[in-house]
Amino acid sequence: MKNSRRTFIKLAGIAAAGLALAPRKGLAAEGHEPVKVNATAIHAKHWAMVIDTTKLNTAEAINKLAAACHHDHNVPHIEGKQEVKWLWHDTYPHTFPEQENPHMAEEVHERVFPLLCNHCQNPPCVRVCPTKATFQRPDGIVAMDYHRCIGCRYCMAGCPYGSRSFNWGDPRLGLDLGNLNPEFPTRMRGVVEKCNFCVERLAVGKLPVCVEASEGAMHFGDLMDPDSEVRKVLREKFTIRRKPSAGTEPSVYYII
Amino acid sequence: MYNGFAIVAGLVIFFAMLTAPFALGTMTKQYKEPELKLPKNEKECIESTEYMRTNHMQLLNEWRDWALRDGKRTYINHKGKEFTISLQNTCLKCHTSKADFCDKCHNDAGVSPYCWDCHIQPEGLK
Repeated sequence: MKNSRRTFIKLAGIAAAGLALAPRKGLAAEGHEPVKVNATAIHAKHWAMVIDTTKLNTAEAINKLAAACHHDHNVPHIEGKQEVKWLWHDTYPHTFPEQENPHMAEEVHERVFPLLCNHCQNPPCVRVCPTKATFQRPDGIVAMDYHRCIGCRYCMAGCPYGSRSFNWGDPRLGLDLGNLNPEFPTRMRGVVEKCNFCVERLAVGKLPVCVEASEGAMHFGDLMDPDSEVRKVLREKFTIRRKPSAGTEPSVYYII
Repeated sequence: MYNGFAIVAGLVIFFAMLTAPFALGTMTKQYKEPELKLPKNEKECIESTEYMRTNHMQLLNEWRDWALRDGKRTYINHKGKEFTISLQNTCLKCHTSKADFCDKCHNDAGVSPYCWDCHIQPEGLK
């Protein structure tokens, strides 16, 4: 073929048309989403928990649940001020400091209350975290990304419920290494940890460990679904939440 | 040349030191990829060997964000096969030895990823 200006312009035109079409095909290949939600996962618009303190109010019973939770998540056992805890218990005045009255029923006042991260609708810990290591999932769970935690402990200062623990030392020193849960990681020194509402179990269709072990004293479900178990219980029973004046809107409710 | 001997001797020493790594490099053995202990029961990894060799770090990095932050815990590989996203429950179910698999290359390459500060190695903790 003779190399003329005319043939060159023709070929350039064809090449330009081809280039205009080619990127679309490339984009379609890039748009392939390689991940999806587990088929067995259970979903909610906003996960919430209701704790029936008429059934669950002794230190022994709560310690049993804490032991199950701590074993499942490899939470170290450390005595004293540096303790790490996901689920624990405390007295009425410590649990509901603003909701006391001087002539309260003695039976209620003497109860012991199970405590855990409240997974607030308006979580101050998330607001103050400078690295977004703690964040709120679309389903309301306040989660921790230990890969990103820099250990600044702003979240601990922000949490009005003391629900977070800091790993001052190597948390593995506080673990029974022969009796670990190999399905769940441990933590490293210098990160903040807390209850995660068992996101790893919800992802495979199981309820949280404490709810399963509580024998009906804890209810778990979708707060936004009027037919869910938690909404049914909330409709029937009088419940209170911790520190309402903090305005954090906890997702953990207590039947008194 | 003023101070000629000192200058020439200095230059010789300087060039000797400059070229020493190249000279030593040709004398020592060629780098050989370490022989890894591959899983007995599984023939194929979640992606091809070449892909895993070059991209496993990016893949693991993406996995942790997908699982933890996006809540998406099922991975669909390039062939369309599905896997649960989990270092401990998927990768380490086949690769049952950190020492025979991970450490061999990592030691040679002089990298020490901090995966094992939190994740439990398949041998268990000691």
